[in-house]
Amino acid sequence: MKLSFSAEDEQFRQEVASWLRDNLSGEFEKLKGRGGPGDEHSFPQERKVWEQKLAQGKWTCVGWPQAYGGRGCSIEQQVIFFEEYARARAPGRMGHIGEGLTGPTLIAYGTQAQRDKYLPGILDGTQFWCQGYSEPGAGSDLANVKTRAAFDQASGKWRINGQKVWTSLAHESDYCFVIARTDPGSVGHKGLGFFLVEMDQPGIQVRPIEQITGTSEFNEVFFDDAECSSEDIVGEPGEGWKVAMGLLGFERGVSTLGQQMLFQNEFDEVVRLARSNGAASDPVIRQRIARAHTELKIMRYNSMRMLSGQSTGDGSLQKEALIYKLFWATWHRSLGELAMDVMGPECEILDAPPYALNRLQSMYLFVRADTIYGGTNQIQRNIIAERGLGMPKEPRGTL
Amino acid sequence: MEFAFTQEQEMIRDTAASFLAQVSDSAAVRAAMATETGYDPALWSRICTQMYWQAIHVPEAYGGMGLGYVEVVAMMEQMGKHLLCSPFFSTVCMGVNALLIAANDEQKAQWLPTICEGNTTATLAFNGGVNRWDTTAVTATWRKEGDNIVLNGSYRYVIDGHTADLLIVAARQEGESSDIALFVLPAQTPGVTRAWLPTMDQARRQASIALQEVTVETAAMLSGADSGNAALTRIVDLAAIALAAEQVGGSQQMLDATVAYTSERVQFNRTIASYQAVKHKAADMMLQVEVARSAVYYAACVAQEALSGSTLGAELPEAASVAKSYCSDAYFAVAGDALQLFGGVGFTWEYDVHLYFKRAKSSEHMLGNGAYHRERLAAMLLD
Repeated sequence: MKLSFSAEDEQFRQEVASWLRDNLSGEFEKLKGRGGPGDEHSFPQERKVWEQKLAQGKWTCVGWPQAYGGRGCSIEQQVIFFEEYARARAPGRMGHIGEGLTGPTLIAYGTQAQRDKYLPGILDGTQFWCQGYSEPGAGSDLANVKTRAAFDQASGKWRINGQKVWTSLAHESDYCFVIARTDPGSVGHKGLGFFLVEMDQPGIQVRPIEQITGTSEFNEVFFDDAECSSEDIVGEPGEGWKVAMGLLGFERGVSTLGQQMLFQNEFDEVVRLARSNGAASDPVIRQRIARAHTELKIMRYNSMRMLSGQSTGDGSLQKEALIYKLFWATWHRSLGELAMDVMGPECEILDAPPYALNRLQSMYLFVRADTIYGGTNQIQRNIIAERGLGMPKEPRGTL
Repeated sequence: MEFAFTQEQEMIRDTAASFLAQVSDSAAVRAAMATETGYDPALWSRICTQMYWQAIHVPEAYGGMGLGYVEVVAMMEQMGKHLLCSPFFSTVCMGVNALLIAANDEQKAQWLPTICEGNTTATLAFNGGVNRWDTTAVTATWRKEGDNIVLNGSYRYVIDGHTADLLIVAARQEGESSDIALFVLPAQTPGVTRAWLPTMDQARRQASIALQEVTVETAAMLSGADSGNAALTRIVDLAAIALAAEQVGGSQQMLDATVAYTSERVQFNRTIASYQAVKHKAADMMLQVEVARSAVYYAACVAQEALSGSTLGAELPEAASVAKSYCSDAYFAVAGDALQLFGGVGFTWEYDVHLYFKRAKSSEHMLGNGAYHRERLAAMLLD
């Protein structure tokens, strides 16, 4: 075990930090600290321009192999990039779905034609993606998707019908990857396909969901004979679940450390507030701040274990990775509660009518999503018990 | 950055695990518990002559194996899992550390080889009987008298204090209230009285020690580079990290035992492990065990950096308090949940759950509980 980064990696850190210092200025100054979770609806157009700025510096897709246009950064360098990015308070990435999910999925499972068609727009920060997984009847039970895809021999295209929900930034996206049922009689994870669908077409309607915060970054997406070219299915019809699950594997990567730097920024704000308003002298608050600090520190160490960990060989997640979602989501939710308790009665007072939340208020409300999306805490506990501890699987219902 | 055990470290851990599985089963622990010494001298002798664990992180120049604190932590984790009754923690994680940190070269050359040879156990006495685990806990005093030093005062919560051959004690200069110094002296020195304090956790012994006009040569004062205050703080931090590793091992054992037991126990015609109420509690236990382990492995690396004098060692107080606070709470929570999920048999003397449940509480309060270390962190952050 050793904790220090190599001299070359430290050099790389300097390079990232100085590029961000030089470029996150002028027209982009106002984007600092904006666009993160709970604030993704802010400055979408300006943040798209920022993506192109990043691309000019070759700072998009740093972890992609060079053969596909990425920087081919090592794990350590990716960690450093995401840390410095968050440390500089650079804006929430509009391109993270394309960079983190679509790209790696196409590199792993796509055809060369699909890579040629879609990777350049992700790399240069001009094309944006959203994720069409959840449906009204397919939340925790994701395999229960009902959206249908039928191949229309006449037009030579797939026709998609159904509804997706909780689609982040769908209204700002050019494409959506969609899992839909290609085998009409199938149930569960069999008979699904994985489609790359253009958003700007008559068969697609996006309706924003007004959230607990009064803002909207999640959407409902309705597919009414939406079209998808025969070249835009990833894998064979029926293999969609394999691709969809492979994609979820890409989610648990190095970006966790960048996410933690955002948490660190929020935590630091709570500490500053506690010191300035006197809450820091309350022994109970002191304990809670110290606990939050402790667990945020350990979150980082746990990610370092995940990233350095020996492969389990069978593709299953290591134990420290299995617990990670439950750990960070629960921590973040508690941070929101701590922030309100540090604010005291001021936590109720808004910046302006009708509902202008300040950053901590918005965080407090938005973090309630963390323990629900991407596998609720309850589903996470099932997964931990079943995959991590080998306890019996939940019986399927018969309704 | 490489945050995983090397192959050699894995080998050391696995060797320790299989050795302990043989020599420290439930019967062995219970036999050792019943003695006043608190451990089996024959087994300790075997550990010292065959395994050489007492010398693990002593530099080769002093007759040691020259390994690092990551190895110490890997061993402590296994000892916690098997509840080994031995003077390893007191001798290696307190005594050896105290000498490595606070002694000058001559003192190291005098004392470390005798520990490495396996004939000498050691411990650290500093707490005068308060729930503080830093320099403010020291109430004993020293004064100069001619060429000698005279020590007076008392200590509580001294691990293996009634059996250790060598004592490292902290005292403050009479009249100078803030300056701490550390002294090394054989336990048989005239004026030293020691008494076993019977404890709820019978698998580890505590003692009280009284010093009455104990006269030692000035060479007994540890005089390495650090001030006595700084040295004591580092020694306690290193010990806390080792104890946190032991807590991880104990938590893991409680989780494993709970999964095994609930997977066999049948009620309402199904194993109780198939109930979601049980699965979810087990999942929360596993989360705490893994998070605790991440904290300890990081702290072990920082401890190693601190021992080798690197700049990352400056993180030692924070890393120690992060690890000790989280692991203390995690072990107690996991052991308590284990007792609950074992049901009635978890309440019996016959099953081993109570041994771990009791160790969880004793190690939680030794060297500062969760709240104590969180307040220490809060002071670093907020004051």
